[in-house]
Amino acid sequence: MWSIISVLVENKPGVLFKVTHLFRSRNYNIDSISVGVTENPEFSRMTLTTSADEKQLSQIIKQLDKMIDTVEVKLLDERKSIYRELVLMKIKITKPSDIMEITDLANAFKCNVHDVRKSSIIIEITATPDRINAFEDLVKGYGVLETTRTGICALERGTNNES
Amino acid sequence: MSGARSLMVALEKEGANIVFGLPGGANLPIYDELYKSNIRHILVRHEQSASHMADGFGRVSRRPGVCFATSGPGATNIVTGIATAQADSSPMIAVTGQVPTKMIGRDAFQESDIIGITNPIVKYAFQPMTASEVPEMVKKAFYISATGRPGPVLIDIPKDVQQNEAEMTFPSEVKIRGYHPWVDPDIGKIERAIDMLLSSERPVILAGGGVIISSAFAELQSIAELLMIPVVTTFKGKGAFPENHPLSLGPIGMHGHAEANKIMVEADCVLACGSRFSDRSVGTFEEFEKNLKIIHMDVDPAEIGKNQTTHVAVVGDLKASLRIMVKMLIQKAIKRSGDNTWLKRVNETREYFRQNLKIHPHPLGASKVLRKLREVLPAQSIVTTEVGQHQMWASLFFDVIHPGTFFSSTGLGTMGWGFPAAIGAKAAKPDVPVVDIAGEGSFNMTENSLAVSVLDNLPVIVFLLNNFSLGMVAQWQRTFYDRRMIGIDLKNCPDYVKLAESYGAQGIRAENVDEIGKAVQTALKSNIATVIDIPIDPQEDVLPFVAPGTPLKDMILPS
Ligand SMILES: Cc1ncc(C[n+]2csc(CCOP(=O)(O)OP(=O)(O)O)c2C)c(N)n1
Repeated sequence: MWSIISVLVENKPGVLFKVTHLFRSRNYNIDSISVGVTENPEFSRMTLTTSADEKQLSQIIKQLDKMIDTVEVKLLDERKSIYRELVLMKIKITKPSDIMEITDLANAFKCNVHDVRKSSIIIEITATPDRINAFEDLVKGYGVLETTRTGICALERGTNNES
Repeated sequence: MSGARSLMVALEKEGANIVFGLPGGANLPIYDELYKSNIRHILVRHEQSASHMADGFGRVSRRPGVCFATSGPGATNIVTGIATAQADSSPMIAVTGQVPTKMIGRDAFQESDIIGITNPIVKYAFQPMTASEVPEMVKKAFYISATGRPGPVLIDIPKDVQQNEAEMTFPSEVKIRGYHPWVDPDIGKIERAIDMLLSSERPVILAGGGVIISSAFAELQSIAELLMIPVVTTFKGKGAFPENHPLSLGPIGMHGHAEANKIMVEADCVLACGSRFSDRSVGTFEEFEKNLKIIHMDVDPAEIGKNQTTHVAVVGDLKASLRIMVKMLIQKAIKRSGDNTWLKRVNETREYFRQNLKIHPHPLGASKVLRKLREVLPAQSIVTTEVGQHQMWASLFFDVIHPGTFFSSTGLGTMGWGFPAAIGAKAAKPDVPVVDIAGEGSFNMTENSLAVSVLDNLPVIVFLLNNFSLGMVAQWQRTFYDRRMIGIDLKNCPDYVKLAESYGAQGIRAENVDEIGKAVQTALKSNIATVIDIPIDPQEDVLPFVAPGTPLKDMILPS
């Protein structure tokens, strides 16, 4: 099972270290992590994904909650959240027609195309992990030279209630 | 005012009137202010002992004990003490010196990243980067350390921050938005807990260390007596309930009392109070929870469901939760008579093991030695232990009568903890006798604290069960490694009487039970630091024994 945990933390040095250390010392696995400051500069939001089972997941949430530097810990429901990952992929160009083909695929996946060279091209894709994997499958044949992923970042969907 | 001065003022405002420590280059500005303050300083001979003294002080006084160490090796020397305090939820403030802010990260002389090193073993850590931050951080440190589930807090102060002058404000209250130590217990769940206890046939109460930390002795006893439920404890909870009470069965676990383990296994419902179901207590997690309804009360929500599946969980301060439970029982006039088959079974089991458990035949068998100590020691005395066979014998044969007077390194199992912790305890309660039940292997690790016990007038009794070896390891080698004995022989060295005397303490060798009684009385009367060296049988095993990774029901009995 795959879970997304959203953690609002104090925007202070060392907090990322403490969170990752917690996972290490309790033998939990982090699949991805993304961190950035929020609209309020006093806080950062971390989005973690993990493939822990239900029992472990509940422990992870409680242990995160127990940390003094975490202000809010939420297990996100996939169906009620927007979650995306950004991936940059450098793909090998062997023959000139590769460029057109890859660009067409990129357009179909609403990707941006960067840095077109004779021997490589960089594609930027922002999507859910499923779609990213689908894209990766399609371009694998050309040869993927390098990739970098940001990790999932996620937000709960809003409601129509006035606040 | 300088950062160092503001530290002293803030400590005094928190009521800290004693610190245990040892100076060095990076905390000299702090020591210079300590010199000018009214706070009493206890100079240790090794910083590890300072941290254990602060820990012992904290457990007994139930407010954070304070220790000081310099940067680098001073700071790393207290790591074991911090880990010990964390494992046993003991309130402690450790203040370390650090190299000046400009030098941090440059591998400066005596620089160590103590914040990074201690991250997983502190409740929280502060590192002020400007002097003006010090007062608020100290206030927060005490608040975090002492509330909720207590624990050690580190304050690492760079030397220039100690020296720099700043306009200081001392907050009278602090708030931390990510920290909510006070949770009101859920009344509905307490009601369900009562229903579950009443509908069970074979209930037990399992009292953990949380009962001692929250001082919920009276509440626990009321519940046990109103519902006539037998009480077992964890080892950390030993003495949470008077061990001479007719409902008491003593500690469960690896070296639990036979009757406690037996009844725990037979129970169909347990009210666990402030216990974290450690592997040492429950044997195996799977087997323990079989056919058992678990009610779990704890201040730490992360403990619920960590090791055992619970049926009812009550999160909140244990004393508050138990108090509500007592009130409900009284309001609803719920009282159970002790005239039932379960209590009969409990009493028979206790009686059976009392009559039939084989006692080690040696004239200085552990049971004889420790029962003698109990006989001569006033009930309100405080007892600490080291770690090893003697510790487990203390658990088996030394009954705690006055709740909350028994302390041991139960979570981390730190050899060398008991003696400095006893000195810390004595500092917290100077009018009560304090005894460290020790093994010589453990005592070796911090015996230089004899200097402190003598010179600082903190006299404690070291009750040394001397088997000339690392006895517990020897027992495991006899039991699990086919008697291949290695790394256990201490060769009767040093001579503990002479060692004590060389420090100006009193050393007494007691070679039979009568002499033990007399030696303890001499120590109590003279009120000077005393080591009582008792040559016991190196071959004695601690029994019963639940081998690691096996369930309580498979406990090995003396044969
Ligand atoms: C610091 C530390 N090192 C090693 C151990 C492992 N250990 C547990 S009990 C024990 C032997 C303790 O010997 P002693 O204090 O003489 O007590 P005895 O078992 O002989 O009563 C050892 C080495 C430990 N608990 N703590």
